[in-house]
Amino acid sequence: MSAVSDPATASPAASLFRRNLATFAENRLAVASAAILLGFVVMAVFAPWIAPQDPNETDLFRRLQPPAWMPGGEWAYLLGCDALGRDIFSRIIYGARISIFIGTVVVAVATVIGILAGLAAGYLRGWVDTLISRLIDILLGFPYLIFAIGLMAMMGPGLVNIILALVYKEWVIPARVVRGETLAVRELEYVEAARALGASRFHIMIREIMPNVLSAVLVVATIRMADVIILEASLSFLGLGVQPPTASWGSMVADGRAFILEAWWVSTFPGLAILTLVLVINVASQGLRDAFDPRFHE
Amino acid sequence: MSGTMGNLLEVRGLRTVFDTRAGEVRAVDGVDLDVRPGECLGVVGESGSGKSVTFASVMGLVRSPGRIEEGTIRFEGRDLRALSPKELRRIRGRHIAMTMQDALTALNPALTIGEQILEVLYAHDETLPSVGRARTEAARKKAVEMLTLVGIPSADDRLRYYPHEFSGGMRQRIMIAIALACRPKLLIADEPTTALDVTIQAQVLELIADIRTRLGMSVVLITHDLGVVSEYCDRVMVLYAGQVVEEGPTAAVIGDPRHPYTKGLLRSIPRLSLRGQPIEPIEGQVPDLIGLPPQCRFYSRCNERIDACLQPIAMREIGAARRARCIRLEEETRP
Amino acid sequence: MGRFLERLLQLIPVLLGVSLIVFLMLALTPGDPVEIMIGDQNMTAEQEALLRSDLGLDRPLPERFLNFLGNAVQGDFGTSYFHRRPVSEVISERLPATIELSLVAMLIALATAIPLGVAAAIHKNTIIDRIATVGSLFGVSLPGFWFGILLLMLFAVHLRLLPVSGRIGFESEVPSVTGFLLIDTLLQGRFSAFLDALKHILLPAITLGLPMTAILTRVTRTAMLEVMRQDYVAFAEAKGISRRRILFRHALKNALIPTVSVAAIETGSLLGGNMIVETVFGWPGLGRLVVESIFVRNYPLVQAAVLLYAVTYVLMNFVADILYTVLNPRVKL
Repeated sequence: MSAVSDPATASPAASLFRRNLATFAENRLAVASAAILLGFVVMAVFAPWIAPQDPNETDLFRRLQPPAWMPGGEWAYLLGCDALGRDIFSRIIYGARISIFIGTVVVAVATVIGILAGLAAGYLRGWVDTLISRLIDILLGFPYLIFAIGLMAMMGPGLVNIILALVYKEWVIPARVVRGETLAVRELEYVEAARALGASRFHIMIREIMPNVLSAVLVVATIRMADVIILEASLSFLGLGVQPPTASWGSMVADGRAFILEAWWVSTFPGLAILTLVLVINVASQGLRDAFDPRFHE
Repeated sequence: MSGTMGNLLEVRGLRTVFDTRAGEVRAVDGVDLDVRPGECLGVVGESGSGKSVTFASVMGLVRSPGRIEEGTIRFEGRDLRALSPKELRRIRGRHIAMTMQDALTALNPALTIGEQILEVLYAHDETLPSVGRARTEAARKKAVEMLTLVGIPSADDRLRYYPHEFSGGMRQRIMIAIALACRPKLLIADEPTTALDVTIQAQVLELIADIRTRLGMSVVLITHDLGVVSEYCDRVMVLYAGQVVEEGPTAAVIGDPRHPYTKGLLRSIPRLSLRGQPIEPIEGQVPDLIGLPPQCRFYSRCNERIDACLQPIAMREIGAARRARCIRLEEETRP
Repeated sequence: MGRFLERLLQLIPVLLGVSLIVFLMLALTPGDPVEIMIGDQNMTAEQEALLRSDLGLDRPLPERFLNFLGNAVQGDFGTSYFHRRPVSEVISERLPATIELSLVAMLIALATAIPLGVAAAIHKNTIIDRIATVGSLFGVSLPGFWFGILLLMLFAVHLRLLPVSGRIGFESEVPSVTGFLLIDTLLQGRFSAFLDALKHILLPAITLGLPMTAILTRVTRTAMLEVMRQDYVAFAEAKGISRRRILFRHALKNALIPTVSVAAIETGSLLGGNMIVETVFGWPGLGRLVVESIFVRNYPLVQAAVLLYAVTYVLMNFVADILYTVLNPRVKL
């Protein structure tokens, strides 16, 4: 058996992938959610071309101006203005950049670290496993938000620090998944075969084991994206996120807190944006999970 | 077959279907059966033959997406299908009891066996004092009695134990004790031995046979093992693809099988294969039960098939007590 | 008992590791903590050196950790410079409010999620199931801080049914006995004060409990569906016992096993949520104290609070493990 580099082994996996994709395509709610998600991404990428106003331009004459359909509103300022007279709609469009950027980067970096750590722990076993598993246990001892808040408190706010604070904890989740999957796969015949053929441990981990744990990890990654976005928004809400004047949905909701008596729109719309984005990610990832991971079927 | 008043259980034209995305699966399609007081009826068939679904229907335990489409089920003359769920519950566990294939999965892992046997008594036993300590004591006494009857030593202490604390054979006995707690008139034993080691299988079957004579109850023994049937059953019924294909006194059916499927089953069992013939498994599989053509259901696997088999085949009587569903019965009777 | 001891021993390395990380959070932070702490205040070099040795910052890192650990075990987390009092004292004052809020939130979550999850499973594919499924999807997707503000706008500002912030109105204040206002007011027979406290805690507790409610509903539903498919439920039905008994004794007892485990994990969301919810509702608890302390750079307090939250969480998971054993007779204690 030429398991080490047989291109034929890739093809059943590829057809399985296509079949899973077809299952996903049948789930209309999930497909619609994926489409909305794509809309958010487009909005984030092309923010400067889409946003009708400069998100950071203050205009004290437009302080707490109501949405367009209310008396005193203007169609150029669709969702009204905040306390500094900035256009809420444009700030929501720019805010998508922060949410999606942080969500993607944190999950991507954490997934890469998690895969490597999980593979090493699950395949090499021994002291490597002990060390990584202990670290995982310890990090699991922290409630997520507390851990992030603690770190942000010490490191100070800022984009890079948020990413770091979240990655420090986030990698544990894919690492556990990969470790478990690796333990299940490592004794399988084709891995044994590769070992018998004298493949290096690195080669076995990356070329033989990783492809088999990848789908589980990717499913986890999509689900995690939703959580990370809420966490970033929570940090920003507390003032521990990206710094003003950069628009972040969480800090926009915080901005409106002082005005819930007279200007409900300042908090409401950015929060609605978070809810929508997180909701569509959750629905789409659930569809993905149902299609790609039969173990999760009800 | 004409219904006799003396039957304990009488099923006529039972049809149970499962609605699936691929279409309607007729798991049980026109089954008639009788169980007489005190007798042991063997029900034989491969998995998918409809034997378990037939008796799930009798118990009123068919779950969605399954449903009983047609037929009557009479127990002591009462139509069970016409009863309310509450009335049916009064019969289940009290007059008709059931044991399942594997006691490991049938006993609730989170409850003590004491609770699991006592709850049946509390639900049905009207001879228990109505309230208080006396009630608990009386129920406990009955539970211990029944557990002792099925061979659980020091049953009084064991009431507090959980199912996982017993061996497989013991668990099977406990499940039987629970089923028999209210001394039912009919016990349906669904493959009571498949989950057990060979050595324990015989013990459990002997136990059922022994209790049957002591309590004077009827037993339906669902199995795929004709050997078991020949040893323990008065009559046997062979099911294939949701239909009864042969029925009659055990000795007659096994000594002189008439339906090609029954013959095939007998040939596939080592210890019963006659005159040193080689063991031959039946080729092929049970047909897909969706959209069956109106022909003999065994047609595709039958080695005696002729063109005439491509029409609906009815049950035919062979003498007074036997029936079989084969068009070539008459030729076969005189070899 | 062996398993209990084993689990208890396993707590030690985790708690040590958690303390180390909390220690390192501050110790390895770029920038001099003393300078950050001093901030804009004027301080002489001597004062600064005194502060430095007072905090033990002139010692090597391992020694500092051992000191930190030794003090922490004795409940000594240093001085809150902002309050000019021991950190432990400041924290313990705020703790009852946070514990009360968390317990009520958990109670609401359990009392909503378990019946809802069971109902959804029993009535699968009906309107109840839809409500539970869609509801729990929204529940996990709603950012708590926003949901809290929406509740405030609706019930406090718009309908004027409930108070905007705080634990209790001035007119209802009672002398503290346990520190839990819902209990103190009842103990002292002040029923109107109890109602007032209840009104104050309602919105924050609902907000705090929402993600837990959502997840537990989903877990209960799935577990219940799984359990209802088991042979032992069919066997119980064949025994002719009442449907209620089958559902609540046979099915729910087994379905609660995963629910309890998840509930313990979800206390993590409850503890973290405290900071958010207390900020939104002006709840005078530990969470808000921590957030305030971050902005006045009251690091010893933040450090102590993070450690406290983490240790609580580790202990909650331990309790859940024990509870799991109690519920599941197959696992021996």
